[in-house]
Amino acid sequence: MEAHSLFLDLVVSALLVGGGFFLLMAGLGILRLPDVLIRMHASTKAGTLGAGMVFTAVALHSGNTVTISICALTVSFLLVTAPVAAHAIARAAYRMRVPLWRKTRLDEWKGQYGPRRKPALTEEPGEVPPETGG
Amino acid sequence: MSDLGHHSAVLSMAIDITAAMILLGTVCAFVRMIKGPTLPDRVVSVDLITVFAVVIVGLIDLSTDSAPFIDVAFAIALVAFLATVAFAWYADQRTDQDSDPPSLEDEGEGR
Repeated sequence: MEAHSLFLDLVVSALLVGGGFFLLMAGLGILRLPDVLIRMHASTKAGTLGAGMVFTAVALHSGNTVTISICALTVSFLLVTAPVAAHAIARAAYRMRVPLWRKTRLDEWKGQYGPRRKPALTEEPGEVPPETGG
Repeated sequence: MSDLGHHSAVLSMAIDITAAMILLGTVCAFVRMIKGPTLPDRVVSVDLITVFAVVIVGLIDLSTDSAPFIDVAFAIALVAFLATVAFAWYADQRTDQDSDPPSLEDEGEGR
């Protein structure tokens, strides 16, 4: 083991504890928030930030080039895939008509996925006719 | 956990604190997965649990100074993305089956 300087250890410790804090916030948010879409807001963003901080700490701690590049690869993969996965789940949740929070103010797809209508798969949001009354 | 490597006191304490916080977050996500009233709730919490698993593997890598563990983290991240997208796809398919059968005038409009 190579000896690490105290400064590097302090930086790594701060990144670790900060990342753990954000991950804990993601867990608390997914437990406490009222609605699927709002819970997704907590888990996706805070979880990705916490994972990024922890992997930055891992990369800094090991001066190994291979480990650093795989850490960078993992973090960039998480950054790319987390929005895609969250978008897919959110879309499926809305189309399953999961009940929204009762204090929800803006629902731009309201009425588009009604009870007797099959939702169109390839419909641009700009083509949605303006909602009448509501 | 931190006894496995040879770290300074600050770093071992930070590793312990981080592991405890990740454990608490995992417990919260598991509670949501058990409670979650709908299927997307459970999918979201499983997604978060896999992120926690990736981070825990990275933390084990840091704690034990064993470089190959980071490959495991990358593989878990890759599989987790595919699992989440597959779950969302199947939820979408179930949506089409759950909705009412289209009536006669619905079939007239092109899909």
